Amino acid sequence: MRRIITATVQNSSGVLNRVTGLLSRRGFNIESITVGETEIEGISKITFVVDVEEAQKVEQLTKQLHKQIDVLKVNDITDTNKVARELCLIKVVATPQSRSEINGIVEPFRARILDISKDSLIVEVTGKPDKIEAIIDLLTPYGIKELSRTGITAFTRGKQQKQVSDYQTLIV
Amino acid sequence: MKTELAIKEAQLNSRIEDDFITGADVLIEALVNQDVDTVFGYPGGAVLPIYDALHKSDASFNHILCRHEQGLIHAAEGYARTTGKAGVVIATSGPGATNLITGITDAMMDSLPVVCFTGQVSSAVIGTDAFQEADVIGLTTPITKYNYQVSDIKDLPRIVREAFHIATTGRPGPVVVDIPKNIAQEVVTETFDTDFHLPGYQPTVNPNPLQIKRVMNALKTAKKPVILAGAGVQFAQGSEELKEFAEKHKVPVTTTLLGLGTFPGTHEQSLGMAGMHGSYAANMAIYESDFLINIGARFDDRLTGAIKHFAPEAKVAHIDIDPAEIGKNIETHIPVVGDAKEALKRMLNSPVECDDHSEWYQAVMENKADSSFWYERSDDLISPQWLIEQIYEETNGEAIVTTDVGQHQMWTAQFYKLDQPNRFVTSGGLGTMGFGLPAALGAQLGDRDATVVAIVGDGGFQMTMQEMQTLKHYNLSVKVVIVNNEALGMVRQWQEEFYEERYSESLLDQNPDFVKLAEAFGAEAFQVKSENKVRETLKSAFEHDGPALIDARIVKLDLVFPMVAPGKGNHEMIGVKPCGE
Repeated sequence: MRRIITATVQNSSGVLNRVTGLLSRRGFNIESITVGETEIEGISKITFVVDVEEAQKVEQLTKQLHKQIDVLKVNDITDTNKVARELCLIKVVATPQSRSEINGIVEPFRARILDISKDSLIVEVTGKPDKIEAIIDLLTPYGIKELSRTGITAFTRGKQQKQVSDYQTLIV
Repeated sequence: MKTELAIKEAQLNSRIEDDFITGADVLIEALVNQDVDTVFGYPGGAVLPIYDALHKSDASFNHILCRHEQGLIHAAEGYARTTGKAGVVIATSGPGATNLITGITDAMMDSLPVVCFTGQVSSAVIGTDAFQEADVIGLTTPITKYNYQVSDIKDLPRIVREAFHIATTGRPGPVVVDIPKNIAQEVVTETFDTDFHLPGYQPTVNPNPLQIKRVMNALKTAKKPVILAGAGVQFAQGSEELKEFAEKHKVPVTTTLLGLGTFPGTHEQSLGMAGMHGSYAANMAIYESDFLINIGARFDDRLTGAIKHFAPEAKVAHIDIDPAEIGKNIETHIPVVGDAKEALKRMLNSPVECDDHSEWYQAVMENKADSSFWYERSDDLISPQWLIEQIYEETNGEAIVTTDVGQHQMWTAQFYKLDQPNRFVTSGGLGTMGFGLPAALGAQLGDRDATVVAIVGDGGFQMTMQEMQTLKHYNLSVKVVIVNNEALGMVRQWQEEFYEERYSESLLDQNPDFVKLAEAFGAEAFQVKSENKVRETLKSAFEHDGPALIDARIVKLDLVFPMVAPGKGNHEMIGVKPCGE
C-alpha cells in the first residue's frame, strides 16, 4: 500500500538526514522524497512516498516521525482529498522525422518541450504520478536517453467542495 | 623588586582573565546553572580548553576521571538511573567520542537521561579527516534522543539548557553536544540570552481523562486483571501510586526487568519479573488474563516471547509517555499517552469499584506459591542463586545492585527481591557486558551513603575492570562480587540447550587471578570457594571502608531456569520445577 506522508519540520542542520535515517533504520523503504521551504521562514516541508503493507506499520511510521524533535507535524494524506504533483524531465531520441509525432504526444499531456537538438529533445511534464507513467510509456518506443523525476509533493485541498455547494445555494 | 613586578604582572593577567571569558567558561557556567554536581570526564586534545577552564574555575561540581570513556558513560548511566538526574559526560573528539557509543546506545534503549559533551576538531578543519576527527553527529543521530553541534558560541548556553531539558523530560534519553575546539577557545565579552523554544518537543504528561475512564471501566468488569509495570513508573516516581492502586483493586502485579523495584518485590501481590527468565506465575497470569494494564513498559521481545501467545485473551491497556511505544509490538485496545504517575493518580481518583475477581487472585497466588524460583544446592561449590540470597540478607535487601548481562543478571533479578525503586541498575535493552562495575561507580557517586554492590560475571568484569582504579582513586566503597563460573555462562547455557553442547569459545578457563588483580588496583580482595565461607567473606568485604572485590567460585554448569525458549510462548516455560517433580 503506497502512502503519501507529509512532515513539517524545523529547518535545522541535518534534519533531512534525521528523517531519512529514521525511516531506513526502522525498515521503511522510501520511494520518493521531496523537500522544500514553506511560506514560513525556517520551516520546511518534506513529502515522501513509502510502500507499507500494514496499517499498524503506517501508524508506527507517523509516530516515530512525530517523535523527532525537529518535526512539528506529520500527516498521512493518502486517503484525504488532496492535490499531488510531480515533475519529470525526459530526454528522448528525436530525429527531424519523429519530432512532430512526439509533439503529438506532448500536447495532450500539457507537457512542454524545453530543448531541441539535432537528435534529441527534452520534455517537461507535471502531474499525478500515473500521468507521468503514461507519458513515459508512450515515449519509451522512441528511446529515452535520460529521465529524472522529482517525486511527489502534495497538499490537502481546502474545504472546496463545501464552498462550492455554498455558492450553489447562493445562486439558487 | 622582582617579586613586586611579578605580583603586578599576575594581577594584570588575572584582570584580563576576569574581563574575557571563553566558550569553555560559558560551558562550565551553563553546567553550574543546571545544578550539576558530578561530571564524568576524560581529557584529550579537543577538550583541552574545557579542561583548562575547569582547572581555573571554582565550579561547584566534582569531576570524576574514569579510566576509559566506556567507563564514563556507564557511570553516568548508573548515576542517572539511581538519582533521576542527568548523568553528565565530557569526552574528547574522535576515539573519545566513539568509545562512548556503546553506552549512549545503552542509555537510549533503557531511556536514561545522559548529556554527553564531546570535543570536536576546529570548525575550519571539520570534514578534512583531521587528527582525531570523527563524525559524531552522524554516528550518534540514530542512538540519541537529540544531538547538537555547536556552530556559534552564542548558541551554547541555549543548547546546554535544551540538552538537559530534552534528556530529562518526557521519555528520558541521551543527548550529545559536540563542541568544536575553536568554539571552546573563542573569547567572548558578553553573556547571551538563554531562553529556549522547542515547538517540536511537547511531551504529553497529563493523560486524556476519557482514556483513563476507559481503562477503569475495563478494569471494573475484568475477571482476570493483571498489571505489568515497567521502568516508566520509576522515571515518573509513581511507585507509591502504583502500590496504592494495586492494593485498592487487589490486582496482581508483575514487572519487567527494568521495572524491578517499582513494586515491592516482597509484597504479597507481587509476581516478580515476567518474561524469558521471569516467574512462571507472572507469565501465566499474563497468558490467562483478560485485562492487562501495561504501565511504562515497552513490550520488549524478551518479555513477550512469541507474540501470538502473548496475553492472547486479554484486552490490553498501555500507559506510556512515548506514543510510539503504544501498539508497536502488541495490539493495544486502550492507549493512554501520558506520565505514569499522573495516570495512576487519576486512576486512583476514579470512583469505579471493581467487580469481584477474588477467584482469579486466589488462583494466581496459588500458582505463585506453587512455582517459586528454585535451585539445587551443591555440596562442593557455591550455588549462584544461594549466593545472591546471601548478598540480599547481608544488605537487608536495601543495597543498590548493579549487574552485567547474562546468567548472574537473571539470578540477581530472580533472587534479590527489591522493595524500593531506582535501586536496580542493569543493562536491559542493549544487554551490555561490562556495564555493572562502572554503573556501580556512578550509583555510589549519586549516593555516597548507599551500599552499592556490583554483581558481575567473570566475562563482563574483564571488559571494564580498569574502573577498579577509579573506585580506588575516589575511595568509593563499591563491593564487586564476581559470580565466577569460568565461562560466558549465558552463551554456554544456550550452546548446551540449543547447540548440542558445542561450547564454542564460551569457556574462560584462562581467567586472571582476580584477587591479585584487585589488590594491584588497591582494593581489598577475597576469593571464596565454599558456601560455609560466604557469609564471613561478605561481612569482611562490606565492613571494609573502600572498594572490595569477591571472586566467588560458583557451580560451573548451573543454568538459569525457568526459561522460555526462543520462539516459544510464555506459557511454554521449561524448568519451572526441579527434574523429577
